[in-house]
Amino acid sequence: MAILSEEQTMLRDMAREWTKKENPVGAFRKVRDEKLDAGYEPAVYAQMAEMGWAGVIIPEEQGGSDFGYMSLGLVLEETGRSLTASPLLASALGAASALILGGSDDQKSHWLPKIASGEIVGTLAVDEGPRHNPAKTEVSVSGGKLSGTKTFVPEGMSAGLFIVSAADGVYLVDGADGGVSRSDRSMVDQRGWAEVTFDGAAAQKLEGGGDDLLDQILDRARIGAAAEMLGMASQAFDVTLAYLKQRVQFNQVLSSFQALQHRMADLFGEIELMRSAVENGLTALDDKRGDIAMAASQAKAVANDAIHHMSKEAVQLHGGIGMTDEYDIGFYLKRARTLEQLWGSSAFHRERFARLNDY
Amino acid sequence: MASAPADTAQSDSDTFRAEVRQWLEANFPASLKGNDNSLSSVEGPTDESADEKAWREAVGAKGWGTPTWPKEYGGGGLSREQAKILNQEMSRAQAYNPIGGMGVMMFGPTLLEYGSEAQKKEHIPPITRGEIRWCQGYSEPNAGSDLANIQTFGEDKGDHYVVNGQKTWTSGGQWADKCFALVRTDKSHKHEGISFMLIDMDAEGVDVKPIRMISGMSPFCETFFTNVKVPKENLVGKEGQGWTIGKRLLQHERTNLSGGGSAIRMPSMPLHAMAKTYVGVNDNGELDDGELRTKISDFEMQWRSFLGTAMRVQAEAKTTGGVSEVSSILKKVGTKLGQQRAELMIEIMGMKGLGWEGEGFSDEELRSTRTWLFGKATTIYGGSTEVQNNIISKRILGMLDHQ
Ligand SMILES: Cc1cc2nc3c(=O)[nH]c(=O)nc-3n(C[C@H](O)[C@H](O)[C@H](O)COP(=O)(O)OP(=O)(O)OC[C@H]3O[C@@H](n4cnc5c(N)ncnc54)[C@H](O)[C@@H]3O)c2cc1C
Repeated sequence: MAILSEEQTMLRDMAREWTKKENPVGAFRKVRDEKLDAGYEPAVYAQMAEMGWAGVIIPEEQGGSDFGYMSLGLVLEETGRSLTASPLLASALGAASALILGGSDDQKSHWLPKIASGEIVGTLAVDEGPRHNPAKTEVSVSGGKLSGTKTFVPEGMSAGLFIVSAADGVYLVDGADGGVSRSDRSMVDQRGWAEVTFDGAAAQKLEGGGDDLLDQILDRARIGAAAEMLGMASQAFDVTLAYLKQRVQFNQVLSSFQALQHRMADLFGEIELMRSAVENGLTALDDKRGDIAMAASQAKAVANDAIHHMSKEAVQLHGGIGMTDEYDIGFYLKRARTLEQLWGSSAFHRERFARLNDY
Repeated sequence: MASAPADTAQSDSDTFRAEVRQWLEANFPASLKGNDNSLSSVEGPTDESADEKAWREAVGAKGWGTPTWPKEYGGGGLSREQAKILNQEMSRAQAYNPIGGMGVMMFGPTLLEYGSEAQKKEHIPPITRGEIRWCQGYSEPNAGSDLANIQTFGEDKGDHYVVNGQKTWTSGGQWADKCFALVRTDKSHKHEGISFMLIDMDAEGVDVKPIRMISGMSPFCETFFTNVKVPKENLVGKEGQGWTIGKRLLQHERTNLSGGGSAIRMPSMPLHAMAKTYVGVNDNGELDDGELRTKISDFEMQWRSFLGTAMRVQAEAKTTGGVSEVSSILKKVGTKLGQQRAELMIEIMGMKGLGWEGEGFSDEELRSTRTWLFGKATTIYGGSTEVQNNIISKRILGMLDHQ
């Protein structure tokens, strides 16, 4: 665990308390069963914003607390643990980062306070196919009008602001624009995914940030996703360990079988490495280090693989009840796979890591 | 049977093949071409169309749904060689075996071995005609891997037992007519206190409560027995012989689950072909994702080696007349590869491999999500991978149990 400041410890404890008390996994079950359009409960996100979580990385003059990425990562870890359905990752991290990195003063002062207050949800609209491939885009902009289709946009149903990648840069599109239409995509994790079509929607370019603005934005989002996965993996581990210590077969607790002890010992190691990779990414962002791209690919690939393995083992080690909808563990498996795909699979990031290191 | 000279045997098989072909032409409804029956146990009964009904009845009357079972109980009475030919001709005609389920896969063979004449006469023919659904009442909340820990109790009341207790994970319990169950008849002996009984699912005191799975389907239930009267005619074998009989049945179950049966079939399109359509290729015609490319080739090599092993086990069994030790790995390897394949499908299809329902996904993509999720059960049921590993390491490798 990274050395946390007093404020960070407070923030993390508050997030832990809140998710336990106000928003345990059962709350997600309600979102799922009621098939809420947004893929989350707006009142819950309003509460989160009220506690300041939507503004953690946003400068104070734009309504945030400027606490940095590590702090937001701590919150994401906790909401990952409880599978809290909310647009925190896409909006408070993804869209906010885009504006902070590339926005003009006007754009920042128009959008960031709304993101920080939770009044508006922002998201990244990057991919145009089922597999992450930011280099490939057919979205075009002419005369300030943006056209094209983005697939599997997280929180695409509720977003009031889209950060859209196009061949010549990154653009802002107001979700209320008449040229924006969305179509719900029901995914295995039951969150608010959508296909979003822009038909001559008014678009403003993000002029700041340089040529690799899109990469910089995505790297922040990837590290944030890895933080959410870290929370999920830790929770799946804890729940599985507790179950093995309690379930009796052959007159002994399952945790007394060496074959299972070693499996848990391996997972414990993998999750510790995952934590280091995530914290390295978050620190690289806060310290504005030069190796952010590498740290992001490392965090996402290591996190993908760790949650992949953990979520499989969690179901297997629970036996029959792990296969039931009534039990929560299956939700971790389902959410794990969409996050593994979002903003780059392990293969994508291993390839990129090699390229970044010139081999 | 005295062995016939090779050329006579050859012409016998040719005659039989011709007979099968002709019969299929006359009886298999063209409208059913390419259908299969493989998910029926998971999805429950669907309304049978007139053609489907005719096909089931035709196969049932011939006994060809259970080709090697004795004719006197409604089976096909075919030799293994003939059954193989039948199978080949069925695939050639794009036909399928409409008679399946637990009765065929595991209960029938066990009853043929251990049942009384009266029990065989009563229960086998309806299975061969596909008229009766059976379910397996083994597991209980506290008896999973430790199956011998079952507590459901049958009290001896002279000409019948009164059964009380709870079973769980009963696949197809809500659709089944009958249940073969492990019931305790003696509390003082763990294994020797178990009996194998046949219970009518519509008997008074039998209640089922479907359980929903992570895949969204509810193919299994909790089954409650409250003062259920089970006549003694429904005891298979002797009282206290249930563990032996029950384990024999599990062998049949595992053979079917390991790829000996139809549980693992290569889907129509190989992974690499699917990958080409979803991922695309580079200028050299290579899959445009180097890591995925080698993962797929790894899988395809492992898969071929697995099929090779399954075939080798069969061939060895034929020459030595016994079951080879290697067969012990088939269930765990086959199910592991099946799961690996499903995960690879997600890597290939990306977000399209994770659709739940509705717009934006093809039927095949949506089915693939559910298959991936349901597939997680294959390493848990029918003897989990861990239980298989215990059996392999202790019984086959002779590694000491020091726990
Ligand atoms: C889809 C599905 C369908 C099923 N259908 C039926 C059915 O029709 N009828 C029926 O009777 N049952 C059925 N089952 C139940 C199945 O047989 C049990 O789930 C299985 O025996 C495992 O038992 P359990 O669930 O209690 O897990 P547990 O026994 O509690 O095991 C939990 C975990 O611990 C591991 N473990 C247990 N003991 C050991 C050990 N000694 N060493 C190392 N690891 C160990 C297991 O492998 C597993 O990973 C079904 C199950 C599923 C998932």
